[in-house]
Amino acid sequence: MAKTVDEIAEAMFSMVKDAFGQKKLKPMDLTKAMIELYGDEVDKKLCKEAIKQLINSGRCVYTYFGGSYIEIPHKEGAANE
Amino acid sequence: MSEEALKTPKLDELEKGKWPSFVTEIKMAAKKSPMAKDLLGQLEKSYRDKIGYWKHGGIVGVMGYGGGVIGRYSDLSKEFPNVSHFHTMRINQPAGWFYTTDSLRKICDIWEKHGSGLTNMHGSTGDIILLGTRTDELESVFSELQKIDFDIGGSGSDVRTPSCCCGMARCEWACYDTMKTCYDFTMHYQDEIHRPAFPYKFKFKFSGCPNDCVASIARADMSIIGTWRDAIQIDKNAVAEYAKSGMDIESDVVDNCPAKCMEWDGKELNIENSYCRRCMHCINAMPRALKPGKDRGATVLLGSKAPIIEGAMLSSVLIPFYKMEPPYQELKDVIERIWDIWCEEGKNRERVGEFIQRVGMGNFLDAIELEPVAEMVAHPRENPYVFYEEYYEEGDEEGEEEES
Repeated sequence: MAKTVDEIAEAMFSMVKDAFGQKKLKPMDLTKAMIELYGDEVDKKLCKEAIKQLINSGRCVYTYFGGSYIEIPHKEGAANE
Repeated sequence: MSEEALKTPKLDELEKGKWPSFVTEIKMAAKKSPMAKDLLGQLEKSYRDKIGYWKHGGIVGVMGYGGGVIGRYSDLSKEFPNVSHFHTMRINQPAGWFYTTDSLRKICDIWEKHGSGLTNMHGSTGDIILLGTRTDELESVFSELQKIDFDIGGSGSDVRTPSCCCGMARCEWACYDTMKTCYDFTMHYQDEIHRPAFPYKFKFKFSGCPNDCVASIARADMSIIGTWRDAIQIDKNAVAEYAKSGMDIESDVVDNCPAKCMEWDGKELNIENSYCRRCMHCINAMPRALKPGKDRGATVLLGSKAPIIEGAMLSSVLIPFYKMEPPYQELKDVIERIWDIWCEEGKNRERVGEFIQRVGMGNFLDAIELEPVAEMVAHPRENPYVFYEEYYEEGDEEGEEEES
């Protein structure tokens, strides 16, 4: 049975949370991981919607460190008060 | 900031000479902007110490967007507290950089209220660059810009704000409507501009003719350059007028033709159009006499970039001629296929040109389902991509090996 956007968003959020501080994940890393995990139950379009939901809800943010990544919101080291 | 820090002997040197000086502009802004004042102080110290005192911020942005804000923090926030945060915002410029004075005033008013008041018009990306604001002002700027129909542009691993030459609005050589195409692509790829999903940046630049005034062949991952596929239009009387007024057509035009495709017998100019390389030299030299042909469109090229990971690269031909008629669906389909394979197989921070270099043009063309054609040259008279497999019978290679 095909996965829903909510389910994929939740799975992606877990990945991002678990990787925090260890590995920065790009949107395509999340998409590939979901396709590997759920096979035919997901596609790129669904993953794109799930990422959009994570960002729009504020649970995740885009960050830039030489390339763009998806992380959970946090205070970066360089930030001044 | 102390009064002593306002002495800027190093920066003052950059006000000398007859050219406009960015230092003069910042000094003017500093009269009413504390941010601009501290910027002067920090810059003077940087020049004196030969050290850049900026830190890169990677997490600042507006809600829902992944591009358009470039974070900057001062390393000297105690000494220069007003530039403690000094983020840049890239604002999507209108196609061809046309504004009303009213819209420019509104942008400036917003920036004086929420930022340093300093701008770059325009940045090398093509965007309006608003220099210096605090993290807590970003959403306010975004909201006020939206009220006047401006949006943030691209940055990071996304489609960068598409840019174009002024095309048919101001130029007689435009072979397609660059501004219309640029606007169409900007609207069509809103998601890709605001939500970075690629291995690295991807730029579109639209030039109306081979003069390539936006230098798309050197700066855009996809360079869309106007061209024509029939004969150059000649007004023979106007050619005669040029000759009569003293132009040495033989040496100034004919001898400079890279294809040697024209002849001048002292009375008449003849062009062998099948050899023409669309360099525009003759047309630029005699604008009243020569014009691009009537069957116009664009050549789509792929792969240029400035040197970061690899050295600088120029775009090379992907589609020799495309009619450039809305909604540009065949071109957008090709673009989708390019992004698919690049996102799937590209390495982090690998531009599409570098990706093609790594996997080989033949494999890349296979993946995006384009047939190789002779015009896909890397350099003049060199075509390393095309293998005419259909000329070989199965088993030919083994036969050759046996013979040798």
